[in-house]
This record gives sequence, C-alpha cells and structure tokens, in this order.
Amino acid sequence: MSIEVHHVSKHFGTYTALHDVCLTVPTGQLVALLGPSGSGKTTLLRIIAGLEPADPAPHPEGAIYFHSRDVAGINARDRQVGFVFQHYALFRHMTVFENIAFGLRVRRRRDRPSRSEIRSRVQELLELVQLEGLAQRFPNQLSGGQRQRVALARALAGEPKVLLLDEPFGALDAKVRKELRTWLRNLQKDLHVTTLFVTHDQDEALEVADQIVVMNHGRIEQIGTPDQVFHHPASEFVMRFLGDVNTFHGRVNRGTVQFSSLELPFPHERQQIAGEARVFVRPYDVTIDTKSNGLPCLEARVVRIHSAGPLVRVELVTSTQQHLISEISQERFATMQLEPESRVFVRPRHIRVFASEPEVQNPPTAEATTHSAN
Amino acid sequence: MTRLSPPAPPMHNRPATPPPRPAGRVIPAMLITISLAYLTLFLFLPLITVFTEALRKGFATYAAAYSDPAALAAIRLTLLVAAIAVPLNLVFGLCAAWAIAKFEFRGKRLLITLIDIPLAVSPVISGMIYVLLYGGNSLLGARLLDADIQIIFAVPGIVLATIFVTLPFVARETIPLMEAQGIEEEQAAMTLGAGPFQTFFRVTLPNVKWAVLYGVILCNARAMGEFGAVSVVSGHIRGKTNTLPLHVEILYNEYNFVAAFAMASLLTLLALMTLLLKSIVEHRSRHAAPDPVTRIPTLVTATPEPQT
Repeated sequence: MSIEVHHVSKHFGTYTALHDVCLTVPTGQLVALLGPSGSGKTTLLRIIAGLEPADPAPHPEGAIYFHSRDVAGINARDRQVGFVFQHYALFRHMTVFENIAFGLRVRRRRDRPSRSEIRSRVQELLELVQLEGLAQRFPNQLSGGQRQRVALARALAGEPKVLLLDEPFGALDAKVRKELRTWLRNLQKDLHVTTLFVTHDQDEALEVADQIVVMNHGRIEQIGTPDQVFHHPASEFVMRFLGDVNTFHGRVNRGTVQFSSLELPFPHERQQIAGEARVFVRPYDVTIDTKSNGLPCLEARVVRIHSAGPLVRVELVTSTQQHLISEISQERFATMQLEPESRVFVRPRHIRVFASEPEVQNPPTAEATTHSAN
Repeated sequence: MTRLSPPAPPMHNRPATPPPRPAGRVIPAMLITISLAYLTLFLFLPLITVFTEALRKGFATYAAAYSDPAALAAIRLTLLVAAIAVPLNLVFGLCAAWAIAKFEFRGKRLLITLIDIPLAVSPVISGMIYVLLYGGNSLLGARLLDADIQIIFAVPGIVLATIFVTLPFVARETIPLMEAQGIEEEQAAMTLGAGPFQTFFRVTLPNVKWAVLYGVILCNARAMGEFGAVSVVSGHIRGKTNTLPLHVEILYNEYNFVAAFAMASLLTLLALMTLLLKSIVEHRSRHAAPDPVTRIPTLVTATPEPQT
C-alpha cells in the first residue's frame, strides 16, 4: 500500500512544524525521513499514523491517502498502521507474549483469531524477531535491542500494510544499532511492507533506505535515492547535512567560479547561476600535494593530523586564513610524509556551488537555485 | 544476526564502605532516641492504653460490649457506609484521574484543586454544609421532607458526608502516577486497534492498579473512622444513626469506659490492619515494577482516628 501526502501543514500555536509538505511513498519501499531535530519529521510521521491531526484544510487539496483512500476521517485505531515508538512504549505490565498478542486480542469478536491462532501467530513473530525464548519476560527484563524487536513484532502482529518507525534505533548503542538496521532492512524486503522511518542519522538513512526525504524547518529539501541526495544534493542544507563540508564564499561569473585565490570552471552538471555564491568541497575531494603541479591551487599550512581511521584527516589553514579539512588515504599520507607546519598545495577536485541567500537559516530549495539561473 | 546485546559491562564498581566519620555514631543514635521517645509518648502509649482499658475487667466484659444491640447496629452502619462510599469514590477517582492524566482540557488545574477541598476543610464544616443544604430549614431539604425523604439525621446524610470527606483519596493516589506514565502506551494501544475502553482497562488501569488499591485502602480507613462530619449530620440516634466512632463517644460520655475502649479497640485494629495492607501493597507494587516511576507515591497518609 502506497502513502501519499498532499499539501499537509501543521502549526503548534505560532510555531510551524510542517509547511505544505507533499510526499509519496511507493508500495513496498523503505523510505527515510531524515533531518535535524525540529525539522518536522516526527510530526509528519505522527500525522500519517493519525496520532496527530494535520491543520484543517490550509490547502484545498490537503490530504493523506493510503493507496488512494483518503484517511483524513479515519482515526489511528482504524488506520491499520504498525507504529514503532522511539522509546518502544511497550506495555510494562504485560509479558513479551502478551505485548505481541495485544493487537489481535483487542479486535472485534468477529475479526478476532482464536486462542490457538493467536498463540501460533505470536510464536511466528517471536521467531521472526529472534526472541523465541523470551516470551514470558517482562519489558524491564530486556535489553534495548530486544525491546526494540518486541515493539517491531507487536507492530507487525496485525499484518499492517504500512509500517511507521520513529527513530527506531535512536536509543541503542552504536554497535547494536548497526546490526539491527541491516537486519531491519532485510526483514522489510522479505515482508514487502511499505515502511517509513524517521532518523537524524544520515549514515543510517544512506545505508538502509530506498528513498531519502531530507527535511528542514518543516519543509522537504530533497527527495531521492541515497546516491542522489549524497552525490547530487539539491540544496546547501542537504549538502551540509549529509557529511562534512568545506565552505567558501565566492562569485560566479560567465561559467567560472572564483573563490579564495582560485578560479575554476563552473561544475557542468548543475544549472548556471550568477553573482554571489557559496562553494562547497567535501574533505575527500580536497587533494594535497607537497609540490605544485602547475594546476590552480591554494597554498596552505598543516595544522593537525588525525591518522587513526581508514582515512587520514588533515586540518589546514590557507594563506588567506581559511580553515580547510582534507581526507586522504593512508598510502598517500605515507608517501607525502606530512607533519604539522608542513607547507602544502591544496586543490579541490570537485566543487558544488549554490547561490548565496541573504538568510542562512532558510537554505535555498532546488527550485530557488534553478530559477536564479535564468 | 546471532547476538544483539553486547556483553554487559561491569555495572556497579561499588566502592568499599566509607570509614565512619567522627559524628557517624552520635547523630544517628540521638535521632533514633528522639524519634522513639516521641513515638512512645504520642503513639505507643495511647495504643497500649486502648487495649489495656478495653480488657481491664477481663475478656468476658470485653466480649459483652459486642453483644449490645446498639454496638452491633453501629458496626453494621459503619460497614454499610463504607460499602457505599468507597465504591462510589473509586469510580469517581478513576474517572477524574483518567480525565486529568490522559486528556487535555481547560480548567484541569482547577479540577485538581477542587478534589483537594475535602482535605483542606475541617470535617465539621463538611457536615455543616450538608445540614445547611439538605436540612429541614433549607429549600431543598424541605422539599425532600415533603416527599418523605429524610437526609439529615438519617443514614443518607451520613453516607453523603462520608463520601465528601473521603472523595480525594483514590484520585489523589492515582493521578500523579498516571501523569508520570505519560500517554505513549495508550497511543501504542490505539495504533494496535484498541478502543478507548479497551485501552483504559487493558493498559491504563493495570499500570496503576497498586496506586488505586492503595487509595481504596486509605479511603476505606477514613470512611470507617470519620467522626467530625458524620457527627454533625447523624443526630446520634442510638441503634439507628450511630456509626462506630460516634458510638464510642456516646459510651465514653456515659462513663462506660470498658465498652467505649472495646469499640475503640475495634477501630484501632482496623487502623493496624490498614497499615499492614498498605505495606503489603507497597511491597507488591515495588516488586511488580522495579521502575522507580511506577512506585506508589506517598501523598496523603490518613489513618482512621479512633475517638477515645
């Protein structure tokens, strides 16, 4: 079952949590709502679940559809979504078994499975989430990862067509989180249930999701595959949010970008803009050399070196007092013999340019950048 | 995926017990002595007196006090009043707690304050209010008397006054716990397809059952032990409108000390039983839920006041 969100807004008093949001989650996909806290992602998820009402008709076409059925008048009870809460919200006075069986037990009599059917269904789910031996435990006797899986099994018991997860791995430690998200992805692919999950962790979204919806200040900044949002960010915000960046102020003039003491051709994949611009370079796109090779480059001084990790992270200051971070391979680092105070030549391999907006708090959207090019 | 939970790190590296400080023995000893002296003077001595006075002329005289029809009537009336007031206040307390803890509405704080009024008002005044409202001199009371319904100086008045005085207990014990538990579990129940009543009886109520039971115990103790409010509305008709505490007072005023203390000992036993139940409930609730949030809050601790 697909989810369609058309022009949904939400205000809490004077605070705008969601501003005219449109979104489609195709059947069977795993979609991440990614954004910083306060970006409205959880609010959107709760509105889809029916736990929160959207603003009444701010837009004539404002609506939410589950497989082209308008669910505006349907409350959370009857939407048949599986919802996993950030802190799991397990029923603390019930065993794991009772928690998972709850959704089946509260059904109206004619829809309610028999006792033995409930028992076998719960058993099936316990196997699915690999908690077979723990049916008689209480939630407070489980670890965080186990509680998370009970919450998931409970949400899946009624065979929902839509699964909504609010920061599903937020309360777990790093190692468990990594294991669990790979497992969740495989499970989702097996069950083929349309899934929407909220996260503020870009690694999680990039690794797990089919599509990523990047949100900021109650608006959607970009929707795309992990590749698209990572390699072709539609806005400055997306660029900044999905990893470290070096930022320069520059100017675009007749197909060239000028920043610091460099003049580089405007990256051809993007629509042309003109005037004041911001230039972004990912640290792994900053190459370092100890000798000038004739290409345009910046002179810099090494400030600090972090070599513990798969890449060596070098902090630099250019001759124009601009701070820069570069990430190079261990092999390259070894051949160059860098140390603090070394003089180096720095060259951005790949740049991304966005038109400068006077207000930094509202980064330009994809449309805004495109329009200013004309 | 084989193992999700990493090996548990050593949780408590408990430091060795710190060496006793110089004042470490004197101050606790002093505090304990003061407390014990205080308790002896104001609690244990009166308690022992109740039983020694009651049994002064032997067990036969003590038992005889219970064969007095007026005493039996007082015991019956006390039980009847509690049997009406406690369930009604249980229902009210649950409704109020449900509304206050799980829903947002205007005037919520006002409602919480209103529930506390019976605790703030002197019981005598509570009784007076009912006399003024339902007595023969009031408009409402006169109408009711015309219809042959007597409230004041009759059992209904006693029940009403008792309900008023014991109204806060269940609500006061339940609300803080329900509020502390939040509404996430209820929302989870909703997304799983449970209706509002299913959610209340399967999720909300089981989560606060010990607090509710605790409230009921306190409510019952007060309902059986209430003197002031009941005294005003009762009319003291022997064998008819005397509850146990009122009966104690009458016997005492008649210099029938053995009987008075015998009745008082019954109320005292009720108080002791309440304390016992209370500690059992506290113990159970602590074991049922190691989570500190779900522990029973100690708010109002009222034990019956045996009027001797």
